[in-house]
Amino acid sequence: MRTILRLATRILFISYLSTTYCQSKMVPIKGGTYTPLYGRDSLQVTISDFEIDVYPVTNSEYLEFVKKYPKWQRSQVKKIFADGNYLREWTSDTQLGKLKSLNAPITNISWFAASDYCECQGKRLATIDEWEYVAMANKTMPDARTLEDYNKYILSWYEKPKTFNNPIGSTFKNYWGVYDLHGLVWEWTLDFNSVLVSGESRKDVDNDSNLFCGSAAIGATDLMNYAAFMRYATRGSLKAKYAMKNLGFRCVKDIIK
Amino acid sequence: MKVKQKPMMLPYILMALMLTLSFTACIDNEKEEHADAADISVSKEMIAELASPPNVPTPIGRRKAKKLIVKMEILEQEGTMTDGTTYNYWTFGGSVPGSFIRTRVGDEVEFTLSNHPDNKLPHNIDLHAVTGPGGGATSSFVAPGHEKKFNFKTLNPGLYVYHCATAPVGMHIANGMYGLILVEPAGGLPVVDKEYYVMQGDFYTKGENGDPGLQAFDMQKAVDEDADYVVFNGKVGALTGDNAITANVGETVRLYVGNGGPNLVSSFHVIGEIFDKVMVEGGDLINKNVQTTLVPAGGAAIVEFRVDVPGTFILVDHSIFRAFNKGALGMLKVKGEENKKIYSGVVQEGIYHPEGGAIQTMPDDENAKVAVASSEKSLAEKMESGKNIYMKTCFACHQAEGQGIPNAFPPLAKSDYLNADVNRAIEIVLKGKAGEITVNGKKYNSVMTRQSISNDEIADVMTYVYNSWGNNKTNVTKRQVDAVKNGH
Repeated sequence: MRTILRLATRILFISYLSTTYCQSKMVPIKGGTYTPLYGRDSLQVTISDFEIDVYPVTNSEYLEFVKKYPKWQRSQVKKIFADGNYLREWTSDTQLGKLKSLNAPITNISWFAASDYCECQGKRLATIDEWEYVAMANKTMPDARTLEDYNKYILSWYEKPKTFNNPIGSTFKNYWGVYDLHGLVWEWTLDFNSVLVSGESRKDVDNDSNLFCGSAAIGATDLMNYAAFMRYATRGSLKAKYAMKNLGFRCVKDIIK
Repeated sequence: MKVKQKPMMLPYILMALMLTLSFTACIDNEKEEHADAADISVSKEMIAELASPPNVPTPIGRRKAKKLIVKMEILEQEGTMTDGTTYNYWTFGGSVPGSFIRTRVGDEVEFTLSNHPDNKLPHNIDLHAVTGPGGGATSSFVAPGHEKKFNFKTLNPGLYVYHCATAPVGMHIANGMYGLILVEPAGGLPVVDKEYYVMQGDFYTKGENGDPGLQAFDMQKAVDEDADYVVFNGKVGALTGDNAITANVGETVRLYVGNGGPNLVSSFHVIGEIFDKVMVEGGDLINKNVQTTLVPAGGAAIVEFRVDVPGTFILVDHSIFRAFNKGALGMLKVKGEENKKIYSGVVQEGIYHPEGGAIQTMPDDENAKVAVASSEKSLAEKMESGKNIYMKTCFACHQAEGQGIPNAFPPLAKSDYLNADVNRAIEIVLKGKAGEITVNGKKYNSVMTRQSISNDEIADVMTYVYNSWGNNKTNVTKRQVDAVKNGH
C-alpha cells in the first residue's frame, strides 16, 4: 500500500513537471483486473496503468481550446462532427452562455470534439472499461460496487436536476484522487457505443444473460445493476456527433514505461 | 435525422389476401377485419389533439382515417405528490399520466418523441397499440436534447397503455412514464355526455406515505412491491375537491381507465354506481352491470354509466387500503334533481351497540410519532400539519372546504355549532358523537366515530379547522385537549 502511494506521488511529481502549465491535473491509476458489470462478455478485463484527469474538462478550458482551434468553434464546426446542440448555449463562437460558470464542466460537445480535444493535449478519451474501473471506487475503496451507499449516491444523482452547472470538484474525491465521476455530468468514453444497448431494454435482457446472471441475489446486486444500467443506456442512446447538456468528458493518458 | 423504416411485410400479405377474397360478401371473419384495417387508405394529414388528464381529446366521430401527426415531449420535472411532499416525475407531455392520444382504426400515426435537453436520461416509448417490435421502443430510443420519429398504422381498435421501456424499465414507469392511447373503431365509439381520463399508478418513496419534502424513488420498495402511494392521475387529490370530475343527473359518463403500475393491479370501482357497460380490458368484449372491474398493470378498461341521482361518487381502487391510506381515491360530483325513488337518503338513524362497545376505535396509540409537539409549533406550522391531518382523517365526511355533505355530515365552515363551544368540539373529536344536532339552522342526525389520533394532532387539526373557512380563529392547544380528555 505504502509503496503504491510512494510510487503514485513520484509519478505525480514527474507528470507535474512534464506537463505544460495549461494542462489539467492528472493522477495515476494502477492497473488491474476486474469484471465489468455489463460488457461484451463475462470475462474479466485487464487494465494497464494509466493517468486520468482529476476533473472533467471545464468551460474555461474548452473556451481556450476553441480559441486555439477555430475549427471547433460553433459556426465553423462540420455538421457531421457535431449536431445542432453543439455549444448551443454559448452567446458567440468564443463566449460562454450567460448562465454558464467558467468552472463548470463543458457540456454540449460531441464525441469528435471531445476526442480531438484530448488528442491536442497528447491524451485520449478513456475506454469504457478504464472509465468504469476508476468510477467503481468510492472515497476509500477501489471497488465499492456492492455497497448500498455507493449505488444510492449514483441513483440519487439521476434525480437531481441541472447538476451540469455545478463547479468541478463539487462531488466526492474517490480512492484514486479523482473527482466528479458520479454526480456532475455523464462523460464521453472512447468506445461508448461498443456495448450494444438496442434501445429495447427488455430484448437486451434476453440476449445478454450476463446482465442478469448475478441478479438472483436481490438487494445490493439489484441496486448495482440499476445504477450502471442507466449509464450504459445513456451511452447506448448516443451517436458520436450528438451533443448533450448533461454530457461532458475528461482525458486519460497511457503511462509509457 | 433519418428514421430507419423496417420493411413491413404484413400489410402486403394481408392486402393480397384481401384481393383474393374481394368477391366474397361476408367480412365478419377476423382476419379480414384485420386486413381491412391495414388496407384502409388515409386521405389527409392532421395534427393530433393531445389532452392532459382528466380530459380527453374530441371524439373522432365520422372522420376518415388520416395521417395523424403526434408530437410528444419528455420532461423530467418536480411535482406535488401530496400536500407537503414533492417527487421528481418523469413524464410524457408534462403530466402523469401522459397526454391522451386519440386515433381511429386505419390512422397512420407519425410519432415524434422529443427528449428535453435538460433531461438527464435517454427514454423511449412502447405503445401497446403498435404492431411492431417493441411497440415502437426500438425506433424511439432518444437521448436528451434529441428527437426520434417513427410511423405506425393503428390496426386494432381498443384502449391501450403506452409507457417508457428504457432500462431500468421499472424505474421509468414508477416515475410516471405511462399514458393511454385510444384507437376508435370506424365511425367512433357511441356518443356519450361526459368522457374522462383516469389512470392509476403506484409510487415508491424513500420516506413513508406523508413524509414531507422532496422524496426520492426507492428501488428496494419497488422491487418488494411495497407502495407508499397508490394514486389516480399521478398524485393524491388529483381528482378530489376542486379537481373532481363532474356530470349532471341523467348524463352518461364514460371513463377511460388505465393502470400504469408498475406493480399493482387495480380493482376499479365507483362507490354508489354500477357500470352499465364495461369494455373489458379496453377491448371488444362488453360486460354489463359490473360493480368492480380489474385493470391490469399495463392495461386498461372503458367503463360507462348513467348517473341517475345527484351526489358525490367516489372512485376507488377497491383494494381498499390503497384508497383510504395511499391515495387511490377520486370524486365524481353529480348535480341535479334528487330522485327519491332511486335513492332515498337517510330515513332514520340510530346507534346499534350489540355489546355496548365503541365503534371503529383503535387502541390508544401511545407510540404515536410526535415529531414536534403541538405546543412548540407556530400557528403556520400547526395549520400545515393540521391540514394534512384533516385531509387524511376528516375530509371524507366534512369535505375539502369544510362544507360537509347536506343531510348527512354537518359543515365545519362558518359553523355556529363549532364556534359556540371549543371544549364541546374537542370532546366530539376525542369521543365521537351521535344523535341530533342543529348546525347553521339545519338538523343532522348522524354518527361521528371517535378519532384515533393523538392529542397533538387533535390540537393541530382543530386549529386548522378553526382558522379556516370563516371560523373564529381559535388556536387550540394540546393542553386544552388534554384537559378535556382528562376532565371527563
